[in-house]
Amino acid sequence: MSDLINASLRELSAALEAKQVSSVELSTMFLDRIEKLNPEINAFVTLDRAKTLAQAAEMDARRAAGDTSPLLGIPLGHKDIFCTEGWLTTCGSKMLHNFVSPYDATVVTKLKQAGLVTLGKLNMDEFAMGSSNETSYFGPVKNPWDTKRVPGGSSGGSAAAIAARLAPVVTGTDTGGSIRQPASLCGLTGLKPTYGVVSRYGMIAFASSLDQAGPMAKSAEDCALLLNGMVGFDERDSTSLQRETEDYTRDLNKPLSGLRIGLPKEFFGEGMADDVRATVEAALEQYRQLGATTVDITLPNSGLSVPAYYVIAPAEASSNLSRFDGVRYGYRAPEFTNLDDMYSKSRAQGFGSEVKRRILIGTYVLSHGYYDAYYLQAQKIRRLIAADFVEAFKACDVIMGPASPDTAFAFGEKSGDPVKMYLSDIYTISTNLAGLPGMSIPAGFGANKLPVGLQIIGNYFDEAKMFNVAHQYQQVTSWHREMPAGI
Amino acid sequence: MSLDIEQVQRIARLARIEISPAEAATARDQLNGIFGLIETMQAVDTAGIAPMSHAVDMVQRLRPDAVTEADQRTAFQAIAPETDAGLYLVPKVIE
Repeated sequence: MSDLINASLRELSAALEAKQVSSVELSTMFLDRIEKLNPEINAFVTLDRAKTLAQAAEMDARRAAGDTSPLLGIPLGHKDIFCTEGWLTTCGSKMLHNFVSPYDATVVTKLKQAGLVTLGKLNMDEFAMGSSNETSYFGPVKNPWDTKRVPGGSSGGSAAAIAARLAPVVTGTDTGGSIRQPASLCGLTGLKPTYGVVSRYGMIAFASSLDQAGPMAKSAEDCALLLNGMVGFDERDSTSLQRETEDYTRDLNKPLSGLRIGLPKEFFGEGMADDVRATVEAALEQYRQLGATTVDITLPNSGLSVPAYYVIAPAEASSNLSRFDGVRYGYRAPEFTNLDDMYSKSRAQGFGSEVKRRILIGTYVLSHGYYDAYYLQAQKIRRLIAADFVEAFKACDVIMGPASPDTAFAFGEKSGDPVKMYLSDIYTISTNLAGLPGMSIPAGFGANKLPVGLQIIGNYFDEAKMFNVAHQYQQVTSWHREMPAGI
Repeated sequence: MSLDIEQVQRIARLARIEISPAEAATARDQLNGIFGLIETMQAVDTAGIAPMSHAVDMVQRLRPDAVTEADQRTAFQAIAPETDAGLYLVPKVIE
């Protein structure tokens, strides 16, 4: 059974179908691993063995009754940003430390219907604001490749759970790189879909015009299978897109001959660590051997993506997070003198410093006299950044580059300097601003045997092509199957 | 541009976040660092560029004006800090 900890979803599915293992047994195996390894890694913040096993038994019963759903009985972890009925949903914050949602997020509902079993809720940066998982109220997640280092963020618990093989597949969310950067730092595959493909209903909002949920797993094929279960129009999300259903695995086996890979010169300039550069270059060489050609492209405004993002995202966050006021749910300060004081003290005590910082930025850029200079200017630059991609995709099919400028950094290395931390997402933010899909795949190791991710950016709705591009690479490399020592 | 303590306190008041003088001083320094990064936007000529407020071009859907949700008051109020007789309780605002 221990060989199942590194198995693909297809292998797990086959084992379940052949009755070599039941969902209860498989879920128990992962829960036992979590019990053993999580006290050190801190990837999961909420576990409930009885609930998990009851759900697994239900999936076994569905199978016995003839259900043949491809992911039936497979265990997964949910980032703690997704509302889950009957489980705590904390969003990594003291503000929601006691919050039990009365309903499920659409993603959670859909994955339950697809037959997946919830192992627990995964740690994250508070309200998804962070790139190291150090802002979580529940303590930082440790990177399984080196426990003195961060797993990346904000989906740090999700990434660490896959890296430590505590779950075969997990959900994540990505507002500025929160799936791709931790996937890069922990050596796994993660995809942020085109904006609007996955419902945001029940996914606690950070920056609504940028937030998008996606799959994280060992391989592109696993991510494609999970995405199949996550997508779909949802009338409860006003930004959900009405599209034909597609099978994201349909192009996995297409050859890559003729594929044009765009290399933006802005992604290969200064600021990238030498070991990341060498690893990304080697991956590109592998792609050339697979029949792809590389073309030089330019994204001239990409250098403005971090400044524009740190106006737009905090502006939207300051509005979204105004709902946390100690009245209807979540934390309320124990002492206050009047209603206004109750709001101010509940928010001061319930939010951590990074969240407060971003609310202050957002409040300022939206305030009277500053709106045009900051918010409107950032929105105009956002259009320039999106237009750069439209132009670039005339000359290429996908864009590649690093997902993160460096490998996993040490705890405390960037947490004292917000600007330094914000620049961790320099290669990922522009795709969120444009609404494009982006992914990170394991491309090898840099110094100290730390994973390096290759970022693949696709055109709108080109997820199937991106999975194809990633899968073909994963047929000739084994980076995605590597596990940290001692796991 | 550089924020001073009074501005930081004003923003915090607008955001309904209580802030001590020491926290305001730290916040001022950090915000000024962040705005140093943000200011690089100001050099860009964006005359004639339409602001992009959303990731994809879309129009708001319309739906029939019909009740679609069931009453879940009990479930929603079960997680509130303080309720009474179906109402959320807050400190008295009108004497």
